Amino acid sequence: MANLKTSEKKSKAQSMGLHTEVLTGKTQQKFFNPDEAENFYYFGTYDVDFNKRTEIDVKNMDCREANKKIDELMKDGYGTIVIKNPQGKHSLGVGILNKLNLIFEGSLGYFGCGSMDGPIVRINGRVGWSCAENMMAGKVVIEKNAGSCFGAAIRGGDLICKGSVGARTGIDQKGGTIIIGGDAGAFTGFMMQRGRIIILGDVGINLGDSMYDGTIFVGGKIGSFGSDAVEAELTDSDQDWLKRKLKVAEIGENFDVSKMTKVVAGKKLWNYDALEPTEKKGAI
Amino acid sequence: MCGIAGLIHRGNTSNVGFELQGMLQALKHRGEDSTGYALYGKTDGENFIMRFKVGENVAEGSSSVKEDVSVYDERKKIVDSYLSELGAKVIKEDRILPYSLRYEIQYDKDLMEFSQKIESVEGVEILSMGKSLEVIKDLGNAEVVCNRYNLDKVVGTHAIGHARMATESGVDIKSAHPFWGYPFSDVSVVHNGQLTNYWNNRRVLENKGMRFMSECDSELIAVYLAEKMRNGATLEEGMKDSLVGLDGVFTYFVATKDSLGMAKDTMAAKPLVLYESDDLVAMGSEEIAIRSILPQEIETYDPFDGEVKVWQI
Repeated sequence: MANLKTSEKKSKAQSMGLHTEVLTGKTQQKFFNPDEAENFYYFGTYDVDFNKRTEIDVKNMDCREANKKIDELMKDGYGTIVIKNPQGKHSLGVGILNKLNLIFEGSLGYFGCGSMDGPIVRINGRVGWSCAENMMAGKVVIEKNAGSCFGAAIRGGDLICKGSVGARTGIDQKGGTIIIGGDAGAFTGFMMQRGRIIILGDVGINLGDSMYDGTIFVGGKIGSFGSDAVEAELTDSDQDWLKRKLKVAEIGENFDVSKMTKVVAGKKLWNYDALEPTEKKGAI
Repeated sequence: MCGIAGLIHRGNTSNVGFELQGMLQALKHRGEDSTGYALYGKTDGENFIMRFKVGENVAEGSSSVKEDVSVYDERKKIVDSYLSELGAKVIKEDRILPYSLRYEIQYDKDLMEFSQKIESVEGVEILSMGKSLEVIKDLGNAEVVCNRYNLDKVVGTHAIGHARMATESGVDIKSAHPFWGYPFSDVSVVHNGQLTNYWNNRRVLENKGMRFMSECDSELIAVYLAEKMRNGATLEEGMKDSLVGLDGVFTYFVATKDSLGMAKDTMAAKPLVLYESDDLVAMGSEEIAIRSILPQEIETYDPFDGEVKVWQI
């Protein structure tokens, strides 16, 4: 574990107003130093060839069997895997820590593609609750609708739903970008801490409730603002970023981003770090 | 955690017993303490079907006790005599299990008076009363209950069901869903969630003469809607009112003789996936419930917070 000082120079994201916090104390420790990469063993990662393609029919498999099969195929070097007949099963495509083209020919249930780090996933169907929860990196594209808690606690990557999503999208989001082509339900961005959410359609009540940081862009109507969520000025650099992001995401390329509403944290919530007694901090 | 499922065939009938069994069995991981079916079958439209129990099937945490079959026999005799007193004519009777009975009855007077009289017999509960509705519920998962009561051949237009994991009350039939919308003929309710103002509402409703048979918070929904309808509200009006009147987290289904409805609380805290086409609506706590009857790729979605929907057959 390397102990590095965070640069005091503002990052581009900070200068755009996307997040403003400066990391202090323990949080500035970096747990990975790229210079030391050769000393690390990455569990569950394999050299794969994207041109090596195969299919699995998971109709008669449970999620453990299916996920194990995906792992075995990656171990054999397959870089493109097509999953047939997922039929709404839960927890498919979970915990993939590898580069991979993963294509689901159908819908997933709960926790689809959760805790993954790196793959590019296309789901030609719908996903249930908590899709891509805890995703670290990669890209997930859903062709239809998604359930609630879409992209809960993601730390990185792009999560794109071309249809509509349920409630609490991006709850506890810590990074990455979530893009919704349709509408989103109540409590979108609930307690989000960092990252960005783009909704091209309408959004329900309590948008950005108790958000600590991060940014939400809404193209349609907003049911209501949540506690401490406030409207902010949509800058030129915001618009440039939105156009680029929507184009890369293959969604809403011609959408008029200049009319979007930008929502950020009012920063008036309790700050636990500030309220914690000094002597207790010392004990930690 | 519980699982709920429902379906309605619009303009057609189907083997709803078999279909609902498949949907509920797909949700068995959400709870298999008990499973209940509310099936809306074909009837001649004249006679009532009364499903009732004269004793309990009990397991962990139940406030009821297991009794001897002779006690059930005695209770059945009293029920038969009360039916005669009420002027109800039993056309057909089936004793499916020692504690579970199905009567086909000719009766044309007040259902509340009827129910109060029958349920005044200790240990007797009417599970459902309707000209189309039959509520069947017992301990075990969907397959166990279906096989025990031979439900897989039941043909009808619509159905709702529940796979229960007991959390707030014991494992017994009286706490199992669906709940009959007493005293309304052909009204049933299933619920997934928790109601936090159960006792407040219960006291108010009991003071208005409504009856509760269990300590299960979900029963409140059936009683709440029944009371609204008794005062002239439509089903949909009652359901919309419930979004304000009921506190907690919930997704529930309610069915009547010719309709099926769903309501989701304003926090959208409980799951629901919905498939809707011109001739079929199917919904459940998870998509796998719908996939058990529609394995092909279909369009499904999550209803939003505070949504109420009602479909007609």
